[in-house]
Amino acid sequence: MDTASEASSAQDRPKWDNKVQYLLTCIGFAVGLGNVWRFPYLCQIYGGGAFLIPYLIALVFEGLPLLYLELAIGQSLRKGSIGVWHSISPLLGGVGVASMFLSFLVGLFYNMILAWVLWYFFHSFEEPLPWSRCPVNDNNTGYVEECVLSTPVNYYWYRQTLNISPDIEQSGSLQWWLVLCLASAWSIVYICFIRGIETIGKAVYVTATFPYLVLTIFIVRALTLPGATDGLRYLFTPDWTLLMDPQVWLDAATQIFFSLSLAFGGLIAFSSYNPKKNNCERDAVLVGCINSATSLYASIPIFAILGFKATSNFNSCVDGNILDLTNAFDIADKNITSENYQNWLTYLNSSDPDKVSSLNLKHCDLQNFLDQSASGTGLAFIVFTEAVTEMPGSQVWAVLFFVMLFSLGLSSMFGNLEGVLTPLLDLHMVPKWMPKELFTGLICVLSFLVALIFTLGSGNYWLEIFNSYVGSVPLLVIAFFEIIGVVCFYGMKQFSDDIEHMTGRRPNLYWRVCWMGISPLMLLVVLVAYVAVQVQKHPTYPTWDPKYENFPESEVKPYSDWVFAICVLLSSVPVLSIPIVAVYRLIRRQTRSQTGTGYPNPYSNRAFAPDAQTESFKAL
Amino acid sequence: MLTAVLLLILLPPMVAQDLCKDSTDGFKVRLSIKTALGDNAYDWNESEMFLFQSTLAFAMRRHTEQDTYNIANILVCNNTPRVSFVFVVTSPDDPTKLIPKEQVEEAVRKSKHRINSAFLLSDMTLEFIGIPPTLATPITYDTPPWLIVFGVVIGAVAVGILALLMSTVSKRRRAKNKDAGFAEEDDGRVKENGTALSSLGGKDGVYNQAFSNDDRFTQL
Repeated sequence: MDTASEASSAQDRPKWDNKVQYLLTCIGFAVGLGNVWRFPYLCQIYGGGAFLIPYLIALVFEGLPLLYLELAIGQSLRKGSIGVWHSISPLLGGVGVASMFLSFLVGLFYNMILAWVLWYFFHSFEEPLPWSRCPVNDNNTGYVEECVLSTPVNYYWYRQTLNISPDIEQSGSLQWWLVLCLASAWSIVYICFIRGIETIGKAVYVTATFPYLVLTIFIVRALTLPGATDGLRYLFTPDWTLLMDPQVWLDAATQIFFSLSLAFGGLIAFSSYNPKKNNCERDAVLVGCINSATSLYASIPIFAILGFKATSNFNSCVDGNILDLTNAFDIADKNITSENYQNWLTYLNSSDPDKVSSLNLKHCDLQNFLDQSASGTGLAFIVFTEAVTEMPGSQVWAVLFFVMLFSLGLSSMFGNLEGVLTPLLDLHMVPKWMPKELFTGLICVLSFLVALIFTLGSGNYWLEIFNSYVGSVPLLVIAFFEIIGVVCFYGMKQFSDDIEHMTGRRPNLYWRVCWMGISPLMLLVVLVAYVAVQVQKHPTYPTWDPKYENFPESEVKPYSDWVFAICVLLSSVPVLSIPIVAVYRLIRRQTRSQTGTGYPNPYSNRAFAPDAQTESFKAL
Repeated sequence: MLTAVLLLILLPPMVAQDLCKDSTDGFKVRLSIKTALGDNAYDWNESEMFLFQSTLAFAMRRHTEQDTYNIANILVCNNTPRVSFVFVVTSPDDPTKLIPKEQVEEAVRKSKHRINSAFLLSDMTLEFIGIPPTLATPITYDTPPWLIVFGVVIGAVAVGILALLMSTVSKRRRAKNKDAGFAEEDDGRVKENGTALSSLGGKDGVYNQAFSNDDRFTQL
């Protein structure tokens, strides 16, 4: 590109107001809902403190190199994902298309989760909290049966929020309240995006920092709750034997990968707005380490509160048994307490064992309650909401929690949408007459309309499909091609030169070894292992069916054929663009070299005919 | 003689006891005073039982609208330390006849709140086994509160969007006006084509000191 057009495009390209905005945006994109509701769960099921070892190893050898790579190529090539990969090699243009497609699909279901968070947020102002008690049935004789059989929080989530259908085949109708919440979620995303990074940069001052404030408040509150220490001890007690299980390493690698939001194209887009001379190495290390530190920091209040919840459940269980015994044997009120419960039980059992066994006393075990782990939407909307109802001043905690979840998700949505908009704007696919604001609005409206499938009765099932099939294998494939593209097609030497130009020094041995060897190998192994594990088990999904005989247990049903076909399509179509574009370009190249006159030679000047005079001069 | 007198004296309570113990028209009552009141719990004694009997008589009076019910009509038995007991209600006209279960249930249901308040207890802590508590009707709002919060949020966002769009439009219009205005200024003098040279101002141009009109040395 000649200097004039380069200068004009540099003028046109938006810039960050300051470095802090850029860093906060990247941190906000990386730190998302997964840090709060996936990492603590993994820590818990994989032996607490021991899980940190595979996690940190994955961060150092897979997460940081890939992060640095994306930030560096975005900053040096100064384009969105499609433009960047096209610049590196036209054969790799498909990688950018795949990233854009993927960002769009992930943005669809991610904003639905935000819509659910908004729904709970709107209801957090009610006194009492609507998920704390069962609603009364129509003729005021008792509580709704579905609620009595399960729990109030489960009923509120599955029936009053999702109004879920018994399985994915039955779609149900659009739930109008969810449509309203989805519309508000997309409106909030739009208002932050209206002027591109100008408005995003201002919005992230709040959305990226607010979650830390709330987490700190929650830590202080949670550590004073009874049973918090039980939860924390349970979380962090290391179980070293689990490190032998390869599943642990696989999950650590995938968790780091998805947590850093790599391969979406959003990070490339954000760093493309940087000035050329910016130390992206330090940025990458900073963002990666802050992301992992946030995961750890978030797991402390989560587990303190889960420990509190387990203790409350245990106490209710024991209290229920005490009440049964007191009523059956007409013992004076409050004579049996949780302290002397065991003594009383043995005494009564010895005196009248039949009566005691007829009471069907529940077996209360604190360890059982602590083992009830949950991740994802189950953690946020069922487990945590139940815990909040038992804390004094529940409305405040509920509001704080849901605003924090919304901020976390919103800053991640910025990256998703940026991964869609920047490539389209860079490719000049926007007609000249359409202002950027209108284009952004159109994309938001289109996404809203497509995401309406998640507001159906079967919406949650579709969201789980999107989450498992779109947000997993395609990302790994794209990341693998990214690293291969830079190392093989762009060349390590050229890349090191660019980095030296930007940061002032060449990448050191650690980065080069990772990029050329360890990271691609690790990615390949993770990809193959992940696909192998997925293929082994027949895809099933848990359903919520009140007519199920073992209700409230969820009936696990297999996906029917057409649904499974959609799953496979969702996994493969985004990455199909990589080979399609590569093959297309190869064919174009072949045909051009064959016919020869593909493009006219701009230097041929037919006006000049070499005549005899010049020829004779040459002879001299 | 003495036995006859004794029998006469003891018969009514014994009959009463029999009425209470054997009948199917009685209800078991269970109180959990310590659970409800904690440290402020009162002891259950004869006076409290007296109060219970009087509140129940009041409930029967209220329901049947007969002022003939008295404490003597409420028979109590099977006292346990829990505190729980069984009671039956006898008809004021005939002390040997019992009021049927359904009527007693309706009477208790109607005045449950008054009975609870007399003992500073609630539906959970003063239980009549067999009479489920009438659940409080859920509060119905004209506009559910969540819609209000939703309205506030979406209103703020809509205002924000409009404000930002307006400011972008006006910024663009001002920039366009500036360009148009600039071109209009020069139109009066000479037909400029907007080149850099025209912006230097003045028809005289700029004096280029490097070029000297002095041709002392250029004559050959």
